[in-house]
Amino acid sequence: MNGPTPVWLSAVYLVLVFACAVGLAAGFRGLLALAAPAGLARTLRSAPLTASFGLLVILLYFLAALFAPVIAPFGEREVVGGQFLPWDSVHLLGTDNLGRDMFTRLLYGARNTVGVAFITTGIAFFAGALLGLLAAVVGGWLDQFLSRTVDVLMAIPALIFALLLLTILGTSVVNMILVIALIDSTRVFRLARAVAMNIVVMDYIEAARLRGEGLYHLILREILPNAAAPLVAEFGLRFCFVFLSISALSFLGLGMQPPTADWGSMVRENATLITFGDVTPLLPAGAIALLTVAVNFVVDWMLHRASGLKE
Amino acid sequence: MTTAEQTPLLEIRGLRIEGRSEGKWNEIVKGVDLTLHRGEVLGLIGESGAGKSTVGLAAMGYTRDGCRISGGSIRFDGTDLRSAPMRERRRLRGNRIAYVAQSAAASFNPAHRLIDQYCEAPVQHGVMGRAEARADAVDLYRRMRLPDPEDIGFRYPHQVSGGQLQRAMTAMAMSSRPDLIIFDEPTTALDVTTQIEVLAAIRDIVEQFDTAAIYITHDLAVVAQMADRIKVLLQGEEVEEADTEAMLASPREAYTKSLWAVRSHARPERPPAGPEETPVVSVRGVTAAYGEIPVLHDVSFDIHARRTVAVVGESGSGKSTTARVITGLLPPSAGDVRFNGTALPPSYRARDKDQLRQVQMIYQMADTALNPKHRIREIIGRPVAFYLGLSGKRLTERVRELLSLIELEPDEFIDRLPSELSGGQKQRIGIARALAAEPQFIICDEVTSALDQLVAEGILTLLDRLQSELDLAYMFITHDLATVRAIADEVVVMKEGKVVEQGGKTAMFRPPHDPYTELLLSSVPEMDAHWLDRLLAERGELPAEE
Repeated sequence: MNGPTPVWLSAVYLVLVFACAVGLAAGFRGLLALAAPAGLARTLRSAPLTASFGLLVILLYFLAALFAPVIAPFGEREVVGGQFLPWDSVHLLGTDNLGRDMFTRLLYGARNTVGVAFITTGIAFFAGALLGLLAAVVGGWLDQFLSRTVDVLMAIPALIFALLLLTILGTSVVNMILVIALIDSTRVFRLARAVAMNIVVMDYIEAARLRGEGLYHLILREILPNAAAPLVAEFGLRFCFVFLSISALSFLGLGMQPPTADWGSMVRENATLITFGDVTPLLPAGAIALLTVAVNFVVDWMLHRASGLKE
Repeated sequence: MTTAEQTPLLEIRGLRIEGRSEGKWNEIVKGVDLTLHRGEVLGLIGESGAGKSTVGLAAMGYTRDGCRISGGSIRFDGTDLRSAPMRERRRLRGNRIAYVAQSAAASFNPAHRLIDQYCEAPVQHGVMGRAEARADAVDLYRRMRLPDPEDIGFRYPHQVSGGQLQRAMTAMAMSSRPDLIIFDEPTTALDVTTQIEVLAAIRDIVEQFDTAAIYITHDLAVVAQMADRIKVLLQGEEVEEADTEAMLASPREAYTKSLWAVRSHARPERPPAGPEETPVVSVRGVTAAYGEIPVLHDVSFDIHARRTVAVVGESGSGKSTTARVITGLLPPSAGDVRFNGTALPPSYRARDKDQLRQVQMIYQMADTALNPKHRIREIIGRPVAFYLGLSGKRLTERVRELLSLIELEPDEFIDRLPSELSGGQKQRIGIARALAAEPQFIICDEVTSALDQLVAEGILTLLDRLQSELDLAYMFITHDLATVRAIADEVVVMKEGKVVEQGGKTAMFRPPHDPYTELLLSSVPEMDAHWLDRLLAERGELPAEE
């Protein structure tokens, strides 16, 4: 790199990248519509470009995570050269602070970080939504008990609370998953309860109660389908927050432990390079950002469809 | 009142309006003409979906979101509202044209006091200063016969009753002395007794200020009191238009005649049950309260098989609460509910499956009574599977049978979602769900009040037929005495949580009555243009405000 890049060149780059994204998204949408069965194809063809772009990115991440050992040129923890090597044909994105291949670790990072985030969000959702719906349906002391407990948990700043719990319980991936899931489930609980509160007052719920239906039927068959749209939207957002929490904890050294490849810790390990004007340490951060945006694109679209809004 | 020579205040010619649904523009108003002179009141009637409100709003040059005016002209006092710039139209609205919506409660901003909302339009349009507008508000509140006119403006919308709010809304519409007011079903949501006060107040004020008005409603008897001329709309097209007297005396078109005919439907009372027959449901000395607030006092009545008991009264009289006690949603603090002679457990939680099955309920708002995410198959099938244990092919067979019973084509409807049904069809599904449990007793809570007259008529006929076929006992909660006439055998009149009077229908509609029953009965609008005048003259004054 010699001298600063002219502004117009960056602008051209940006436009090119954007055009590529739009083109890829449109192409991907067409491809999906061709491959999918008739009913689904119509839905897909009407999807906005943002959504198909999001789907494409998620699919690519998924493939990267699944086939990481196949695609990656080196092993996850293998030291393959000198420290901080620049980008070349062998080490596509150079090497990190210990001389491990950056590209390889990015691929494995997808596997670890995304996988853990997904599991965590899943647990947070399962627990939060179920308890939230239960609180709304049963009401009374159970609602009071659960709601006040959640209030107490939410009163403590999330990151500090996570750090505290992890310090007490010891750092391990399982502990981290449980701690973040616990903290995030409180947010899900509040949303699920609020949404369900508006549904339980409906006459069809009264009709179901008077029919003598049990809690299981009330929650899963009567309420959940009507609460699904806001919950799905929340899932997308929550996934991003969990993702960021994991990266933040890893950056602070309490999350994923080395030598496991993780995007959060990769930023920290290579942070020194930023001082030299190299963008390499920002790549894992960029990967996080891209996925976050993609997930939200897709969730926005789903929410739009679920709420019955047109255009 | 009409003078043919003067130029009309409002002239609509060949108005066409399109609405957008599922990506297509459909015509919802198909070439309506309308002429309105100063000081004249035009009644606009028709079923829901006839385009009444759309035409009413178009008279202000306004369309709802997702609608557009696609043809015709709207001239208001020389200004073409279609081509006039936005600023010009805004100057007219609220200043020379005002609008009174059906639900005053939803149209007032709950965060501001009535008088501040009153002053907004005149001050905004520069007609009056704030102090002047306030003084004017008090004057108009007095003319609208609101209680305590000096102070009522300083209350918030939730602190006054529904009828008072509707009058305050009308006063507000008058605030800048408009030339034209559009009333969109202003009394539909009110009790009959309250409706009278609002009708009288609206009529007075329109006469006093010689304001022209378009009065939109689906209630023929109401429009007969208010309008000089009546225009009937059907699916966006005009059916006919005539002076009120002429229209009442001799409607020309078949559709108008069918609207008129509905009012005269009545079923004779069935012979009473023998004294030895055990009533299906017997409410005995029930007293109940919501928390500390008592709502029912020693309510007792019996309902026999194959008979319909109508429970009538104003809102807040305890009709629905009685239903909640019978279903077990609200355990009474004293008294009990007996089913075929045996006392039911007070709470529905303690009742067994068979006891729950025997008491079914049909709700007022079919929209909220059917789970929007369930298909008809599941809505009707669930009680069948739950109570009678049918499954698979036999379940489907039964659901189809029930659909035929409520006169809906099984193949067409079985896999639809509630959102794909009309209001009347939804209500029929509600009936089918109740029937699916094969009960002996059904509570109908205002089941027709959200429906158009013709549709409501269909529902009542259906319920009547089902009753004779299946030997059902009905408890019919309603505030509409026309419905009572149509379907009831016995009537229970409730007021403030007490039973005021009860007995056979024929006896109840024959004097002498309890004073409250008398008030209720006389407040039902009749198909006679002079009914309101006569009634007000008889009563000497408006019903006293509490």
